[in-house]
Order: sequence, then structure tokens, then C-alpha cells
Amino acid sequence: MKWARILAIVFLVTVASASLLANFVAPASYAYQFREEPDASLSRHHLLGTDDLGRDRFSRLLYGTRVSLLLAPAASLLASLLGLLIGGLAGFAGGWIERLVMSATDLFLSLPWLFLLLTVRAVLPLNVSPLISVTITFALLGCLGWAGAARMICADARSIRESEFVLLARASGNGGLRLLWRHVLPNLRAIALAQFWISIPVFIITEANLGILGLGITEPLPSWGGLLRNLQSYTAITGEPVQFVPLILFVAVVGSFHLVLHDKELTV
Amino acid sequence: MKNNFTLRLLLTVFVFASGALAQSGGELRFVLHSEPKTFNPVLMEDDSSESIRYMTGGVLIRVNRQTQQPTPELAQSWKVSKDGRTISFELRPDLRFSDGTPFSADDVAFTMKQLMDPALHSPTGDMFRSSQGQMQVNVSSPTRVSITFSAPIADSVKSFDQVAIMSAKSPQKEMAVLGPFYVAEDKPGAYIILKRNPYYWKHDAQGRQLPYFNSVRLDILQSQDTEILRLVHGQIDFINSLSPDYYDKLEAENPALVHDAGVSLDSEFMWFNQVPGAPIPNYKKAWFASTNFRRAISEAINRPDMARIVFKGHAQPAVGVVSPANKFWFNSQLRPHPFDQKSALARLRQAGFVFQDGTLKDRDSHAVEFSIVTNANKNRERLATLIQQDLAGIGIKINVVTLDFPSLIDRMTNSYNYEACLLGFVNDDLDPNSEMNVWLSSSENHQWDPKQKTPATPWEAEIDKLMREQASTLDQNKRKKYYDKVQQIVWEQEPFIYLINHDALSAVSPTLQNVHPTILRPQVYWNIDELSLNQQLARNR
Repeated sequence: MKWARILAIVFLVTVASASLLANFVAPASYAYQFREEPDASLSRHHLLGTDDLGRDRFSRLLYGTRVSLLLAPAASLLASLLGLLIGGLAGFAGGWIERLVMSATDLFLSLPWLFLLLTVRAVLPLNVSPLISVTITFALLGCLGWAGAARMICADARSIRESEFVLLARASGNGGLRLLWRHVLPNLRAIALAQFWISIPVFIITEANLGILGLGITEPLPSWGGLLRNLQSYTAITGEPVQFVPLILFVAVVGSFHLVLHDKELTV
Repeated sequence: MKNNFTLRLLLTVFVFASGALAQSGGELRFVLHSEPKTFNPVLMEDDSSESIRYMTGGVLIRVNRQTQQPTPELAQSWKVSKDGRTISFELRPDLRFSDGTPFSADDVAFTMKQLMDPALHSPTGDMFRSSQGQMQVNVSSPTRVSITFSAPIADSVKSFDQVAIMSAKSPQKEMAVLGPFYVAEDKPGAYIILKRNPYYWKHDAQGRQLPYFNSVRLDILQSQDTEILRLVHGQIDFINSLSPDYYDKLEAENPALVHDAGVSLDSEFMWFNQVPGAPIPNYKKAWFASTNFRRAISEAINRPDMARIVFKGHAQPAVGVVSPANKFWFNSQLRPHPFDQKSALARLRQAGFVFQDGTLKDRDSHAVEFSIVTNANKNRERLATLIQQDLAGIGIKINVVTLDFPSLIDRMTNSYNYEACLLGFVNDDLDPNSEMNVWLSSSENHQWDPKQKTPATPWEAEIDKLMREQASTLDQNKRKKYYDKVQQIVWEQEPFIYLINHDALSAVSPTLQNVHPTILRPQVYWNIDELSLNQQLARNR
């Protein structure tokens, strides 16, 4: 299992590096349409062929990976920090504050995300560049994805609050903020990290789903969601196997994240 | 003996050649993409309901989908008065509704009354409401009826193609029909079964009662992927409308399945928001109001690439408001705007724009950038992406925004908070009167600047005048002249930038006989009463 984790880490680092260096590695612009070569097969010029508009698939995959791999962890970090703040404080405070915050969290969990995202997307200004649009999409995902993490962290914070070492710390004269900063938060690190890692593939999948609904990242910027969207129809089922490269990469990256999560430091 | 054999052989050949190969019986199966909202023919406005109406409703006059000409149905003849206000119908005698109730001129009067009932808000009735005042129906005998409108309604004859006659006396009310089938079973969300109307009046050349099919099964299914798999596996008999991707896919697997009936009446087009009160910067409003700007954008768009790449060659560059498929009304003097970026830049220079370092700027040095909104439709997103690259060639930056349909409609009709919009125009009606609500400047559907109190520009005033004149004239050639002029003005001013007209694509199982897909809806089953199964091939399905 250790070797599998090492392989997963190497794979993730390779994919992340290749996508970060897309400006140098990609043979063409992700947006340029080679209009005489739509749906072209593999060739020396187009390593994975071209898409239906003649855009180089390999370049789009590299840039799309960059978008999804950079922004999904950012969204995950935002969601985990919000979860840590809200869940940690509620669990530490206990009593009516905890009940109130957790009721609000349950209410938030019951909200239909999709409709919320639809509404927010509809009220955004229209003249935003694809890069800003994708950043807003992931920021929204981050802002909306804290509730699950907050519930987990709250439960952990509650058990820490009731633990003997916290009792001893209180008896030694440690006040609220010091107690929180020195004793509670360090003990919530493991669960917060686990939430962070778990959320990354969740956000990648959510962005892919939004892309399939046409609500994710706007053209011509590629993302995994946009690339996977091309596979949703019957016409792609028996198409060229290279069409499936984004899907394979997506599965491999999500799988690798899960392998990395088996590290004892990151599990609770 | 030999002579006898030859005679029998000849007879067999004759019977086959004369269409007697068509066998009665069997079930026709195809898919509706949504649940019909109503079975009441005067209230129908969604595609699925209209499909049901086409298969079940008996009409006075039917527009032949091949010739595009009106042909007698329940009315064996008709006459339009000189002033164009009255249409007199001579009805076929001794006809019955599907429940056996006799059909008479009273039923026509009842249907017209229903259509024009203000309480019902019939979408079909809107076609006859071009003027204020009451419509009068005069029944002079069981087979004679005349309808008088308060003002001349040009070419209203073809509008009767969509008026399914209802029974005034049947206890089954709107479910009693005069068409080839009647609704026998409705399982909401799953399927609808239509059964052959035992009283249907039409017969084939051999005197056999039509329709040939005993029943029609309509499965409610949203996914075209599943629909195609069902066709491939012989579970349905045809797909009425195919996207080019699916067409090519099916053609690669079985070329005999697919039909390209040629360019259709439908078009894809874009327009700029010219509403004076729209919440967009004034300098952008000035761009959009400039004819040179709009013409330049049009010339900078590569329409042949759109037809070739997005529609896989199953489309052609659009000329304007009327598709070349509309044989009579199309202005054949007009040609599609050519792809010419040099000419586009020249027009932009005339309008005060400057192309510098790859960026186009207006007089006040604003870089030209705007957004195009469209709905979540794969082909429209592709078109917008092609436009993005084309306009980058003249230094214009485009942001493509895909919105859900309700948000898009809200921006188009309420908030006017958009800059440019790309949508499709689905046209069922050949007559320009059906477009009055688009071209009149006072209309709500005058999308680039709706509900104008007075025409904002001289050319819009000219279009208003020409559209009104063609609507009040009975002489078809005069009407054509007026409407040709409207097409000419629209071609010059480009309030709508027409992009492409796509083909009418369909897929039909080889088990189905007498199929002649057309460009007009319903493309495959327009002659549903004549469709039949090839029994030999159908055994395997």
C-alpha cells in the first residue's frame, strides 16, 4: 500500500507540473480552432487529435487540468477553513450556540445547491472573462461546501471540549481564546486536513457536473467538466478512444487523491 | 396455363406497383420528447400537443407538406370573397367523429367560437385576431359555412391547417376527433396510445379505409440518446428531427436509416440589444445602433465554417429572415453576406472605429468587447465559440455566456440586461403574417428594441408600413413584392444577423413504407394516414 501511495503522489505531482507548465508544454493555444481539421485523429501535430471545433485536445487537456487542479484545492481550502471556523467554534462553545449553529448548518445542507448556483450564475455580470467566471464558480463551490465539514469538525470539537486535558487546561487558568488556540485547534488539524483532501475530488466532480449542465466554465477556457461534457452523448460512445483520455485522467487523479488519504496522519 | 401464370404475375406486379404493398394493421411507434400539456386542440401550443393534434385532428384544409399548397380535407372546396374578409366552405357530407357523432357545419361554427373565445386565450385563435372586432360564422346548411372577419386576413386559408374541428354535440367533447387516430390511452409520463379512427373518411386508391396502422404508440422520452438506441434496436420506427452529430453517427452505421430533406425553415441568428433604456453603457448602445457596426460584425462571421463544422455540412449560410426552403416568399435576389474581414474593417473605420495592435477601439478609445448570451444548447455554444474566434480577427473580444432558458428570457423581455443574444428561430408557418409580431416595431417580440411607441428609425417605420400593407392585400404577387422589400431592408440593416439555415434531418426504420420526409413539420409523419409497415421486415422487430 505504501508503494501505491508513493506512485499516487508521483502521479499527482507529474500531472500538476505538466498542467502548470502548460504554456511551455502545450503545442497550441487551447482556444485556437484549426478549422480545416475538426475531429482530427492522433497526429504528430495533435497528440490527442482535435475536438469538434478543431481545437488541439492535448493542449485543452493540459489547460483544463490546470484549471481544475488549481481551483478545486483552493475551493476545498476555503470550504475547510469555513468549516473549521464555524464547526470548531460551535463545538467548543457548546450549549445553545452549538445547537443554533448546527441547526443553521442542517438548513444549509438541505438547500438545493444546483438552483442556488443557477440563480447566482444568472445574476452575475455578463462581461466577465472566462478566468474570472471560473474563479467565481469555484469560490461559490467553496462558500457553499463548508456545511458538511463543519458538522464533522463540530463533533470533534465537542469531544475535545469534554476531554480531560481540556479540563486540566481550564483548571490551570487557561481562558477561552487561549484554550481554543493552544489546545483545541491543534487537535482539530487532522480532521480539517482530511476534510480538505476529501473535498478536492468532490469539487472536481461538482464542477464537471456543472459543466455538463452548461453552467460551469465558459468557452473557450477548458476544464475537466467541459472536456467530460463531450462524452455525455451517444455519438461519443464508439468514437475515437482518445476522447476518453480526460475521463481516464480524471478517474486516475481522483483515485490518487483517495490513495494519498490512506496516510495515517490524514485520517481520523 | 402459361398465359394464366403470366396474367397472375402481371397482376401481382400491378398490385405491388400500385401501392397495395401497404399492409393494414400493426403499430407505429415513435417518441415524444415531453408530455402533451393538453388534448384540447384550441389550447395547444407545445410541440407534443401539436403532434397529437396533427394525428388526431380533422381540419378543413391541409397544407401539403411537399407542395406547400393548401389541399381540401373536411372542406371539399372553399372560396374567399373579393374583400378578403369572408371564406365560404363546402363541407364533405356524411362524415362522423371518432365516436360516431355526425359532423356538420355546426361543428365548424362551434370550433371557431371556441377559438375566438377571449376566456380561453387560444394560441391557435391568435392567428385570426389580426384586427379588432368580432368574427361571424354563418351556417347556411349542414355542409355550408362561411366565416367573416372584421378585416381582410391575407392568406388565412393556410391558417385553417391548424384548426382541428371539434364536435359541438359529442359527449366525448374534444376527445371526439375527425383525424386518422384518436387518443385511446394516456399514461402520464410513460406513453400515449392512439387507435385508428373507425369513421375516418379517407380511402386509398384501392378503396381501403385509411389509416393503415391500427394504432400509434408514443413513448414519452427526453433523451435523444435513448431514442436513437431504440431506433437502432427496432423499438421505434422513426425519429422526426435529428441533430447533425446523431445523423452522421447513424449514417456511418446504416446509411439507409437517415434522411436529409434539405434546408429547413429554421434558422440560427444573433442580434444586438438596441433598447434605449437597457442597463448597458451608452457607448455600447451607440455601437449596436450603428448599421455599419452590425454589417461589419455580420461580414466578419464565417458562415460557411459554421455550416461545415457545427452542422457537419447539413446547413447553409442564411440569407435573411426567410429560408430558401420557403419557395414562394423567399427573396431570391438576396445572397448570404460574404465572409470578408477586410470589408468589415473598412465599415468599422467608416463608423469611427480604429483597429490598432490587434484591438478594435471606438472614437473614445473604448476597446470593443461584448458578451453574447445563449441558452444551454450544444450547437449554439459552438456557433458562439466560432464567432469568438472570427471576431477576434478584427480585434473584438467576445464573452460567451450560457444561461438557463428562464434567465435568458427574463433578460430579453424584462430587464433587457444583455448585449447580444444568439438563439434559434423555429418556423412552422410559410406566410409572413405569422411574423407580424416580430417585425412591427410596436410588438413585444421585436427583440432588438421591443414595444416602441413610434418607430425608432426610418427603416423600422418602413418595415411597419410594408408589413401592414402586405397583411391587408389579397393579391399574392403584391404581397410578395412588399415582403421582398422587407427582406431587403432587413438584409441591409441587419437588426437580426442571420447565421445559418439548417437541414431537416430525420431517421426512419426500413420497416416503414410510404415515407417521404419533408422540411415542414411534422417532417416524417405528415402523411401518417398513408404510412404502413413492411410486414416482411417488421416480423423481425
